[in-house]
Amino acid sequence: MIVEYLPQQFVQNLPALIIAIPLLGAFIAPLLKKHGRAAAGWTVAITGMAFLLAILLMDYVRASQGGMVVYVFGADSPGLTLPSGYTVPVRIMFQIDGLGVLMAFLCTLLPFLAAVYSVGFARKETGLEKYYALMMLMTVGMLGMVLTGDIFNLFVFLEINSIAGAALVGFRNYRGEAAEAGFKYIAISAFGALMVLFSIGILYGKYGNLNIAYLSGVIEYSRLDLIALGLLLTTFALKCGAAPMHHWVPDAYGEAPGSISMMMVISSLSSLYALIRVCFILFGGIVISLPAVGWILIIMGLISMLLGATMSLIQKDIKRFIGYQAVSQTGYMVMAIGVGLAVMGDPVAMQTYGRNALTAGLFHLINDAIYMGLLFLAASAVIYAARTRNMDEMGGLARKMPYTAVFFLIGAASIGGLPPFSGFASKLLIYESVFAFNPVLAVVAMVTSIIALAAFAKQFAAVFLGPPLSNLKRVRESPRSMLIAMAVVAFLTVLFGLYPQLVIDWLVRPAVEAMLNLAGYGAWGGA
Amino acid sequence: MDLTLLTGYGFWNPLLWLAFLLIFGGISYFLWALRGNPAYKPGTEQVKPFISGNPEPAKDLVHIRARHIYWGFVEGLRGYYSFARKMHTGDVRDYALWYLGVGVVVLILLVGGI
Repeated sequence: MIVEYLPQQFVQNLPALIIAIPLLGAFIAPLLKKHGRAAAGWTVAITGMAFLLAILLMDYVRASQGGMVVYVFGADSPGLTLPSGYTVPVRIMFQIDGLGVLMAFLCTLLPFLAAVYSVGFARKETGLEKYYALMMLMTVGMLGMVLTGDIFNLFVFLEINSIAGAALVGFRNYRGEAAEAGFKYIAISAFGALMVLFSIGILYGKYGNLNIAYLSGVIEYSRLDLIALGLLLTTFALKCGAAPMHHWVPDAYGEAPGSISMMMVISSLSSLYALIRVCFILFGGIVISLPAVGWILIIMGLISMLLGATMSLIQKDIKRFIGYQAVSQTGYMVMAIGVGLAVMGDPVAMQTYGRNALTAGLFHLINDAIYMGLLFLAASAVIYAARTRNMDEMGGLARKMPYTAVFFLIGAASIGGLPPFSGFASKLLIYESVFAFNPVLAVVAMVTSIIALAAFAKQFAAVFLGPPLSNLKRVRESPRSMLIAMAVVAFLTVLFGLYPQLVIDWLVRPAVEAMLNLAGYGAWGGA
Repeated sequence: MDLTLLTGYGFWNPLLWLAFLLIFGGISYFLWALRGNPAYKPGTEQVKPFISGNPEPAKDLVHIRARHIYWGFVEGLRGYYSFARKMHTGDVRDYALWYLGVGVVVLILLVGGI
């Protein structure tokens, strides 16, 4: 354990530092207005530091009793949850378990790589200090969402994440489409956030507390609670891009700068995390006897998979194409988690395949963040070089951009579920576990994977293969920083495909244990 | 490090796939080396496309574009795509309506106890 060799005070304050450092970085970035490259270097350093802190936090959580760390802001000691004389928690706190650290790992890794990519990708843009400040703010929003143990702070960080994300989607406001996509994203996010706030109001009005651990112990099977559950479930499904509420996804992912598209992927997955937290922990006590929640997610997952995959086939815009595929991949995760939820009340089914379905869903979440990020980076590199987004105007780019072509191919093979890339391992787990629940789900998942593979074969052939076209004679390979970021993500795609069991044991299994550990999560929450 | 993934019902090991690739790559190479067409002469008239004696058009004109690929698939599913396209209007008010609609269905299912 690395944390054993570090000062105790530093280790105890890791949960606050991991938020404070990017927040400080975001506020300092505007001071570098006249030095775009310095702002880029600053962001790389800050996001890199946040990633290192996430690794240490993971180590700290593992070393902690019960695999969980509670950090109380403003308390005499960071671990003092219930000061003497209090029976309910009153302070703002972070509660970090295996699921939280898995997400913190992704929520710091991808922004770091996005920052490295941006050094070359965004160098010709103006207003870079705002770009980088927003990037770090978005990181803060995502990290806060996945670390908080307080439902109101979940809302606050969701808003930080959404507002920074919308500003970044519309960052290139000289493109009308980008401004429109940013507006659509903030409009739909604000609508969703309002419903989250309304649900929080219901819970606060009824129970007088906002702490998730406390609420999880007192939530009742009442009509009011079910309304709150329904609103939270629908909103986080919307925010993670599940169909039929996915319409904003191709708009936002498609128009955002490439590095931001990658961050948008993990931003959406943070909302999927919130959905998991709400269903398994906050309302875990009643969802166990409510298989309808699982079935709602399964149906959303099925629609997302098929609609996303088929809609991608008719896209001309290279990034909208990938945006629809992102919807399809979200469907896999939502379906697998739905299967786990649907069998929560059946210990035998949970042991036989429910746990595997949850493992598969979370493993796919990691892989999706990585290969989807790679595809967005490679597609943006193509747009950057070819100066067109229209796939009909592309062809033969593999001769001009060989490295980008290889990286794109790795991402495409992974999303298509080809061995030995990471997507294959998680999809195999999903097929097997959902087949045991209902074979139709596995059939739909396999058909969708075939469509995805076919769709990416089309995209790769149209963009990279064939003779070089006359309008693309001046195209050159991407700048070095973009290639480095893509190479790291491609390496992870291959690594996670070659060592899937390692990733499962190291990251996924503790997260699944945390998802199912309702009693452990709420153990300290007072009464 | 162990490369074997235990799936609950079986296992997966990427080394098997690499072994498969090596074996079939070797067989392919063997067939190619053994039975390559000896009459093939690169860089001659022989390798140019024959279009009934007409000159070969510029590569740009005959390039298979993205819209050409799976044209038949999309045409075959015209009914489905007509519906799916109508669903994606690009109007943010419709996005909000879909959200509201799904929210209502979810609430009916949960609160109504269906």
